[in-house]
Parts: sequence; C-alpha cells; structure tokens
Amino acid sequence: MSPDNVALHCRNLSVRFGGVMALCDVDFRVVQGTITALIGPNGAGKTTLLNVVSGLVECCSGTVGLLGQDMTRVPAWARAQAGVVRTFQNLEVFTTMSVLENVMTGAHRDVRYGVLGALFKTPRYFLEERRCRALAEEKLEFVGLFAERSLPAWELPYGRQRLLELARALAAQPQILLLDEPAAGLNTRETQALAGLIRRIRDELNITVAIVEHDMELIMRISDAVTVLHFGQVIASGAPFEIQKNPEVIAAYLGEDAR
Amino acid sequence: MSSTLRQLTPVAAFFLLVLATPFLLRHDYYYLSILTMAGIFAIIVLGLNLLLGFAGQISLGHGALFGIAAYTTAVLTGTYGLPLAVGAVSGVGLTALVAMLIGMPVLKLKGYYLAMATLGFGLIVYIFFNEAIGLTGGPSGFVGIPVLEVFGFVFDSDLSYFYLVWSMVAVALLTSLNLIHSKYGRALMALHISETAAQSMGINIARHKLFVFVLSSVYAGIAGVLYAHYLNFVAPSSFGFHFSVQLITMVVLGGMASLWGGIAGAVFLTVMPEFLRFYENLEVIIYGLILILCMMFLPKGLAGGVCKLLSNVRRRFGREP
Amino acid sequence: MDLASLLQFLASGLTVGSTYGLAALGFTIIFNTTGIINFAQGEFVMLGGILAVVFMHWLDPGLPAAILLAVVATTLVGLLMERLTIRPVRNASAINLIIVTIGVSITIRGLVMLFWGKDTYVLPAFSGMAPIHLLGATIIPQSLWILGIAVVVLALLKGFFSRTIFGRAMLACSFEPRAARLVGISVERMVMASFMLSAFVGAVGGVILTPLTMTSYDVGVLLGMKGFAACILGGLGNPFGAAAGGLILGILEAFGAGLVSSAYKDAIAFVVILGILLWKPSGLFGVPDTERV
Repeated sequence: MSPDNVALHCRNLSVRFGGVMALCDVDFRVVQGTITALIGPNGAGKTTLLNVVSGLVECCSGTVGLLGQDMTRVPAWARAQAGVVRTFQNLEVFTTMSVLENVMTGAHRDVRYGVLGALFKTPRYFLEERRCRALAEEKLEFVGLFAERSLPAWELPYGRQRLLELARALAAQPQILLLDEPAAGLNTRETQALAGLIRRIRDELNITVAIVEHDMELIMRISDAVTVLHFGQVIASGAPFEIQKNPEVIAAYLGEDAR
Repeated sequence: MSSTLRQLTPVAAFFLLVLATPFLLRHDYYYLSILTMAGIFAIIVLGLNLLLGFAGQISLGHGALFGIAAYTTAVLTGTYGLPLAVGAVSGVGLTALVAMLIGMPVLKLKGYYLAMATLGFGLIVYIFFNEAIGLTGGPSGFVGIPVLEVFGFVFDSDLSYFYLVWSMVAVALLTSLNLIHSKYGRALMALHISETAAQSMGINIARHKLFVFVLSSVYAGIAGVLYAHYLNFVAPSSFGFHFSVQLITMVVLGGMASLWGGIAGAVFLTVMPEFLRFYENLEVIIYGLILILCMMFLPKGLAGGVCKLLSNVRRRFGREP
Repeated sequence: MDLASLLQFLASGLTVGSTYGLAALGFTIIFNTTGIINFAQGEFVMLGGILAVVFMHWLDPGLPAAILLAVVATTLVGLLMERLTIRPVRNASAINLIIVTIGVSITIRGLVMLFWGKDTYVLPAFSGMAPIHLLGATIIPQSLWILGIAVVVLALLKGFFSRTIFGRAMLACSFEPRAARLVGISVERMVMASFMLSAFVGAVGGVILTPLTMTSYDVGVLLGMKGFAACILGGLGNPFGAAAGGLILGILEAFGAGLVSSAYKDAIAFVVILGILLWKPSGLFGVPDTERV
C-alpha cells in the first residue's frame, strides 16, 4: 500500500493519565476510502485514541498524520477545518438550537462572510446563509431527518439525536469521519439503518470512516479493516474475517467475559 | 424574506414606541433623563447578553470597560480640548483594546474563575480611577466634559439626547439580532453548550470568545462615551463592582439569551429605584425583595414571563400559539 | 526590609487574612452543597459584628454573651435565607440562584440600614488594647484572638467534615448529589445545614474582626469580595484552599500596603491573584476539571 492513500496514520502513540498508561506505542492506520473499525474490550483505550486523533487529548509521544500531514500539534478546531470531523459517544447535540441550526453549525467553516457581513446583513450574508441552509437540508435529507428540521434539538428522541450528530458532522464536509460508538443505545432496526447509512457515507460521499464500536455484528458487516486494542496496545489488525479467527483477540474478549 | 420581515416588525414597533415616549411622558424631563440613562445601560446590557446569555461567558469587568471609555473621552476632550470625534473614537477604541489584552489570557478561565478574574480587573481599574488623581480627578470625579456635538448639531437638551441614545440602542439591538442569526451567533451558542463539540466542528473557541468579549466591550465603550457627554461629569463610583453586578442582574432579570429581555431588564432596574424614592428608608429593602421575588417566580426573566403571558392569552382566545 | 517590619506586615496580614479565610470558608461550604456562590456571605460577616454591638447596647449581657447571641442570630438568618429564598426554587439554574443571593444581600443591608442607620460601630476588644512587643513588631492582643479563634474554627470544621457522619454526608452530596440521595442522604437538609454553617462561620469572622476595624452596614461588600477572591485563589470547593487563600490574600495586602502604597494594596493583591489564576486556572489547591468526552 503506498503511503499517499493512507488517510490517517498514527505512529507510536502513547498517552498517560496520571499513572495510567491509556495508550502505549499504538500504531493505527486508516486507508483512504475504507471503513476502518477500532474495537476492543471496555477500557482498552478506543475513545482515547479517537480523542487523540481529533485533537481533544494530547499524546505524550508519537505522531498523528492526517491527510498526508503531520497534525500532532494541531489544535482540534484546525483539524476539523482540515477535514477531520467526529461524533461523540455521549451525545453532544446543541440542545437549545433547532435541528437545522445544529447542522448549519456543522457547516461553520464553509460559510464565508465576515463579522461586518453578519452585523449588517450584507448581500453576501444572505447568499452564504442560503447556501449553508441548502447544504444543511441536504445532509438532513441524507440521514432522514428533514421532516424534523425545525424542531428544537432536545425534543428529538435519542436515536434521532444520533442521526442529527451524523448530519452535523457531514455538513462539515469531512474527508475523514470519526464515529465514536454511533450504535450505542440504538435498537436493532435503527442499527440496521445506521449500517446502511455508514456504507452510503463511504460510497456516495467518498468519505473515509474510522469507527469505534461495541456492536460486533455491525463491525463485521460494514468494515473493510479492523484494529483491536487491548489495555492500550494494538493486539491485532487486519480484515474482519482474520480478526474473528485471531486467538489473541478471542482471548482478550473471553478474558473480559470471564471477569 | 418573510423571516426578516417577522424580525423587523417588533423592531419597527420598538422604534415607534421610542419616538412616542417623550410625548407620552408629556415632556417630563426628569423621567426622560431617567430613560436616557436606562438606554445607555441597555446598550451595555445588549453586549453583555451576547457574552453571557449566548456565549455563556461571565464578566464582572464591564463596569470598568464602560468607565474606561467614559474617562478616555472625558480626559481627551475635557483636559486636552481635542475634538469630540477624537474623544469618542479613542474612548471606544481604547476600551476594545483593553478588552482584547485582558480577554486573551483571561478567557481561558471558566465559570467562577472567569468571574473572579474579570472582577479583579474591574477592581484594579476602579482603584486606578480613584488614585490617578492628576488624570481622572480622583474620587471626587472629573468635571467639565463638553456637551456632545455632531456635525454642528449640539445635543444639549434632554429630548435630543434621549433620541440620540435610543437610536444607538436600536442600532445595537439590530446588529445583535443580526449577529445571533449568523454563523457567529450559532458558534457562540454552540460553544456555550459544548466546547468539545464546537471545536470538533472547526470552531476556534478561543477566537470566538475573544471576539464576543471585544464586541461587547465596544457596546460598553459606546455607552461610556454617551454617558460621559450626557452627564458632563464622571466619578469612579459609577464604574465599580456594584455596577458590574447590576449589569449582570439586568441581563438575568431581563432574560438570559433574550436581547429584548435585556433592554427590559435595563429599563426596569433603572426606573424602579426612582419609583421607590417615595418609600425613603424602605427603598433598598423593597428593591432587594423585588429582585428576589422576580428571580424566584420568573426563572426566565421578564422576557420569559411576557412570552408565557402571551401564550396564555392566545390559548384563552383559542388561537394556536 | 528589617526583621521588625517584616514581622509587622506578616502579623497584620495574617490577622486580616484569617477573617478573609473565614469568609472564604463560608463561600466554600455553600458552594459544596449547592454549586452556587452566595453573594450574601459578606452580609453574614457584617451581621456578626453589628449584631454583637446591638446586643451589647440593648441587653448589656457582657461581651461573651453578646457575641454568642450575635453568632446564633446570624446562624438563624442563614437558616431563614435558605428556607425562604433558596429551598422554594432549589431547581433553578445557578445564575438565577446567585441573583437571588444578591437580592438577599441587598435586603439584609437595607434592613440593617433601616434599624441602625449608616453609623460606624465599635465593639470592645476581647482583652484590652495594650500592645504586645515582639522582636520590634507591635501586635494588638485582638490579633491573637482573631488568629486563635480562626484556627479553632478551622480545626473544628476539619473534624466535622472528616469525623462526623453529618459532615461526611455534606461532603458526599457536594461530590455527587444524586448518589448522595440514593444512599439516603437528604440533600435538602444538607443545603440547609450548609447555609447555617456558613452563616455561623461568617458571623464568627465578623465578631472577631469588629474590635479591630469597626463595622457598619456596608462592610460586608468588601469582605465578601475578599472572601470570594480567597476561595477562588485557593481553589473553589476546597476548604483548606479557602483558608490558605484568605491568609495569602491578607499577607499580599499587608506587604503591598507596607512596601508599595496603601492606596494600591488591593490592586497589587488582585494583580497577583490574576497572575496565579493564569498560571493555575483552577486555583492553587483546586482540582482541574477534566471534561469527559
């Protein structure tokens, strides 16, 4: 695999919280145009790794390469502007805004007018707001939330809020989308729909997806590659069917069940 | 655009009310001057509401920012006899500059720590006003600030100043309304609810906080200039901790994140003490009690109370809210 | 700077600082059970001092009894405040509750002004005014009283929070109110107790300070502000930090006044506090809050 089609490449990442080694010398790569899953038992450091990639947690050592650039020291907002956008395990919906405004907030970096344009509502403002609104509506349509667009976000049921986060992230027009347990709290039918949606994100929108998830069935069905973390270390990575047979992975999961 | 129209209707009504007020008051200059003061405070409150109500960042230093503008124009026009335009522009400009220099380090702090830091800033400025007697006149105040004059028109009557101040309130209101319906407004509300999510959407939190802090200081600066040239006299006691707390109270009492509410809060808290004058010794107690009761029974402030009342009325008459 | 003036500054700094520390403790106690800053804390301090004076003049029961009455009365004011203004709206947002406490502080000031005017009152010193000379520094006996009583209150509070069931329960509901309720702790009772306790601590501070600095209806504003500064400096929520913050603030002021200028002593103290906050955004002994993602 040539390095220029690797969208995300973490090398030798280590993260320490107090005395605890949350991540230890982790290598993680996501090839452009794939859905790559990050799995592992509870407390393996999956979310921490996602936080390091998105810039919310700083690593003690190692590098984070995104879209061919070293972004280890780049702040979270700048990574998002560069095209690396994420969703959250515990929903972080902007509850007081409407559904549409939430998604329009996602398109923040793409709306081009200055402060004066906003204060005095210049023609540029109207033009750009209309474009932003159209973009947001398109993303809402994509995830199937268009009908609820003018509701306040807090009124949406849990499963719909998850979709809202997804639409908001898509409105940022990412090149890499990081999903942190998108199926948590969803019922079987919603999870099924989500699987289809994530595939469409890859195929129709050409977005590279890295996904942290507990739902093995979902992972095995949609991902092109899987990396397994255990106690902050990578114990395996490869195609889903290889991972399923990997004795070390099985032991890690069994170990968790036995506990 | 219909949404713009819907926004403009209340603004137009507001304009008419402002125009009519002097006639409704039968040109009673005492009340007119109180309302002029209320207007000056409303300008600060509009900015502070953007900061506190929308972006969720507290400031107990806005009294001081207001004072910096007032003293700057006072000293430049009063002591050095510079043109009013220079005083006004430097007053607002210096306020914004100070806000930027203070805001850059201080806005990294959160909640009560931010409150403490801005309080400390306010106190330091307040002490400076008191002690730099050669510049400010010290505790007894600065006298001899010239009357405002714009393009040859002299604002020396209460009526003309009333209209001037309230036109500025209207401008501040319109620009604030515009701002909250823009990407900046969305970004501010977003970082209020979740800084994590906001920065993950590509919003530079530090920059947006600084922006809204400086913008609100510009509003406070404009108010400061208007204040200095209205009273032609300034004293440190108007810009202390008490006043900063009162500004916060105006925002919360009016209704957090409601720009109209903020104006109502400013007017209410400025006008009320004038009515309480009749009760002499009980004045302070009644003021305190009204504050307590309002906050206890109108949790969303005056704006929330009015909204609730309106929707009740609508339900009564069988119309959909 | 010679040893004598160093000692002198230190002594006056510690004296004033321990009353700031007591005010700061009051803030901390209420913050820990409710998450709000009680703007009426300074009024508790003021009430302690002024009520002691009032009881002395009216009933003339002797100084110790007057002090006791004043402290008890202020504690009752704390109870009343919680019952009447906080409990009925306990689910309101923090900022609303804070404005309520501002209203309470204004009302208390208004009442004191109504009954006893704007005059300045003195309380006799606990054991005479004959200064003690120590290594060239002059120390007023009242200073020793202030330091001693502050230390005793601090020690008692420490014992209360770490040894008694009630005190531990109070700490528990500061960490996790829902969990506290689940294990059968009545959060309402804890909030009520915290208002009484912080009124008590504030009143003690007011009573011991009054012989040294005199009192009037409006001294609470400044003392409250200093107490708030002290508990932020020490790290909000940490009682030890609050006390330490008070002492540091007092010492800063004393040295600022002595070495630079008494007019700018507050400014100097607050510049230092600002510097410390920028260096440690959660105060000296506070735990930085880590946002969980």
